[in-house]
Amino acid sequence: MTVIKLCESGIPVDLFSLVPVKRSHSVCAQGGINASVNTKGEGDSPQVHLEETIYGGDFLANQPPVKGMCDAAPGIVSLLDRMGVPFNRTPEGLLDFRRFGGTLFHRTAFAGATTGQQLLYALDEQVRRYETVDVEDERGERVAGERMVRKFEFWDFVSLVLDDQGSCRGLVAQDLKTMAMRAFPSDAVCLATGGSSIIFGRSTNSVINTGTAASIAYQQGACYANGEFIQVHPTAIPGADKLRLISESVRGEGGRVWVPRDPSERRFGRDVPESARDYFLEEKYPGYGNLVPRDIASRELFKKCFHEKRGVFSAERGKNENEVYLDVTHLPREVLRKKLAGVLEIYEKFVGEDPYENPMRVFPAVHYSMGGVWVDFERSASGSLTEGSPRNQATTIPGLYACGEVDYQYHGANRLGANSLLSCLWGGIVTGPAMAAYRSNLARSAWDMPSSLFERAEQRQTREFEATLSLGGAENAYALHDELAQTMLVDCTIERHNDALDRTLAKIEEIAERSRRIGVTDTATGKMNQGAQYVRHLRNMVVLARVIALGARNRDESRGAHYKPAFEQRDDAAWLRSTLALHQPAVNGAPDAVRFVREIDTSSLGQNNQVTDKVDLTLVRPRARKYETAGAANKVTS
Amino acid sequence: MAEAGESRKVRLRIRRRDAAGEPAYWQSFAVPWQPRMNVISALMEIQRRPVTDTGEKVTPVVWECVCLEEVCGSCTMVINGRVRQSCSALIDRISPNAEVITLEPMTKFPVIRDLVVDRSRMFEDLKRVKAWIQIDGSHALGPGPRQAPESQETSYPLSRCMTCGCCLEACPQVNPSSDFVGPAAISQVRLFNLHPSGAMHADERLEAVMGAGGVEGCGKAQNCVEVCPKEIPLVDSLAAVGRDATKRMLLGWLLK
Repeated sequence: MTVIKLCESGIPVDLFSLVPVKRSHSVCAQGGINASVNTKGEGDSPQVHLEETIYGGDFLANQPPVKGMCDAAPGIVSLLDRMGVPFNRTPEGLLDFRRFGGTLFHRTAFAGATTGQQLLYALDEQVRRYETVDVEDERGERVAGERMVRKFEFWDFVSLVLDDQGSCRGLVAQDLKTMAMRAFPSDAVCLATGGSSIIFGRSTNSVINTGTAASIAYQQGACYANGEFIQVHPTAIPGADKLRLISESVRGEGGRVWVPRDPSERRFGRDVPESARDYFLEEKYPGYGNLVPRDIASRELFKKCFHEKRGVFSAERGKNENEVYLDVTHLPREVLRKKLAGVLEIYEKFVGEDPYENPMRVFPAVHYSMGGVWVDFERSASGSLTEGSPRNQATTIPGLYACGEVDYQYHGANRLGANSLLSCLWGGIVTGPAMAAYRSNLARSAWDMPSSLFERAEQRQTREFEATLSLGGAENAYALHDELAQTMLVDCTIERHNDALDRTLAKIEEIAERSRRIGVTDTATGKMNQGAQYVRHLRNMVVLARVIALGARNRDESRGAHYKPAFEQRDDAAWLRSTLALHQPAVNGAPDAVRFVREIDTSSLGQNNQVTDKVDLTLVRPRARKYETAGAANKVTS
Repeated sequence: MAEAGESRKVRLRIRRRDAAGEPAYWQSFAVPWQPRMNVISALMEIQRRPVTDTGEKVTPVVWECVCLEEVCGSCTMVINGRVRQSCSALIDRISPNAEVITLEPMTKFPVIRDLVVDRSRMFEDLKRVKAWIQIDGSHALGPGPRQAPESQETSYPLSRCMTCGCCLEACPQVNPSSDFVGPAAISQVRLFNLHPSGAMHADERLEAVMGAGGVEGCGKAQNCVEVCPKEIPLVDSLAAVGRDATKRMLLGWLLK
């Protein structure tokens, strides 16, 4: 969306992507996109959406950007509709909406169960159109052969180009087909690089989601915020290579979570009678039932399986597995086919069982990062965002912007389902104009900078890469990643204990140290070399893992996805604040470290802004977060 | 996890090539079997420990993958002679009795290295057929046109095309001596021409697939629909676009 907005303001864009854009991780978003259009006559409104998003996020999100997003949501869905997204329809030909977690309203527009894929395709198509449009010069004349969008697919971002004042003037990227480094000047750069769940190894994420770009920006000075808030999705399919997501929309359409009442139950799921089933979410949370927010559902599933050992019994292995049933067998086949086929097909293909006939077996998996690169916003008089302000979505590095999962702005301590497609679309809508405003106020363009700035940056990265190729140590990068993932997964996800986190932090330091002694498995030069590229990603993952684990270690409270049994309560007095992390580079043999601050300086375009870690709470006042009673998330009806 | 199948091995025979233009060669690998394993997890094992079944240390096999759940279209390869996504190729299904599994890159695209091929022509073809809705702009212009649920049910399956390349690989008409655009792009013409706003520019898309390399190149072998991992009704699309193109060719001059 950022690209489309920039092109509409006449600014040409170079688009870099690790994989062809059409293959990016957004294709995995299944359930839908939220917009309070109230076409079901339930009394929904953007105000209710705002309140439920803030409440669902346990009050950690700055409220003006969230208001901007919720107010814009109906218009965003209309825009996508105009772009040709094949959203499901009502008999009257309107968009259909379904239910999702953390709300009682039908607020989620959807295209089958592959909504993310369909949204990404629609945007990719619009961008492809700009690949065929010529650039116009200042006099409005076409520059033949120069297109509005130049795509660089199979390119890996390796560094920002910063000038002496620390402003971003471009980037260095690596062509993954030839491994050549190249610097590109640019007046502003936007990271729309997604999340970092691969730090946890197997997750619901695509293999490319290592967080490498966010980590690089952080290491070059960008502030990283709320890193400890990692969403674990309650329902995924256990697997050897990936934990494939089973969308929340399955529960939105009526799917029910249960375990057998008898932990030694040996019958197949479908043969267990109603009376012998424990619908534990519905029993404990009668108000929201199976649609409690993800942090709560994941904790309950974990408790059932891990602590109470009441997961589904496996005769094959003679024990209770870490699995619960997610059941849609009671729903009409036709409804399932029209609304959920895409996700049920994944279960069928990868498990080899028919989910229309047998309850699915699922378990929680790491899914999304609420935290990310810190970005600014400018509050408007109405308490929303001032659209067009160059401060919106700006990182602490002047000229560097971030939007989508890579930023930290919209979801607080826990993201509600179907808000991520919305936040990435809205982020782009805001970022494009912000970058355009920044560019028009720049005293000096990147093309007026000495070419040596770019040559030096390119040479530095070429040398770094050559050094990686000549690594001859005994450590295996893949094995190190396994060790990192294991400790992060066990000790830094659903339940966090300080002693375990201390061990995790020690392990991270050990891995950081060992990652200097890697032996690269592929020394090929001048052609695609995935092994050497992976070493860079691994090192960047280790740096972000430290931010995540330290943030978790420090925050002695429980809020949203961050849960410490030893500190069960939310502690607003001490911790209703953003975690702000800055990178402290290695000096004189001392390894690099995280510097947590309470205040950051975001001077840009000659303006000086002091920003603190205080959360902007101007719209919805914090209160206790409970989902037992219907309507609790929505102040208007409670 | 000490289990009965612990010693079971997955045997792979892989057609490799160090770079474009260099000769191809075969290498065999044996990796430990795991439950619910697919071809990708076998390749990941080789990546970790690039040693052939005769103990020779080699460079790791290079391949493409992203989502691992058959929605991104990256990991297409020829497995046991048949083109498909490698993520959904479950070992227990394709090799129930530990038969050797052969992996080859697609043949209709230039090889970059090992199992990675260059499919950029498919994205260029999407430009050629103008596979997009020509919106006036991204500013607020209200909702899109109302559409019957039935029309969504026709369009949605077409819109799930991942540009994976299976249909081009399987199509006999896509070959070095033909410039046939292939089923994927033609099906996109149908998709956008079905949309109420897209239909306003239907002729531009039809013209892009009339003449050389266009829809007439289809030899009706129907292999495309057989191999499409998303079960897109490609043959219907080819027929529908073929019909519209013929109509336009016969009557088009009257409209000019």
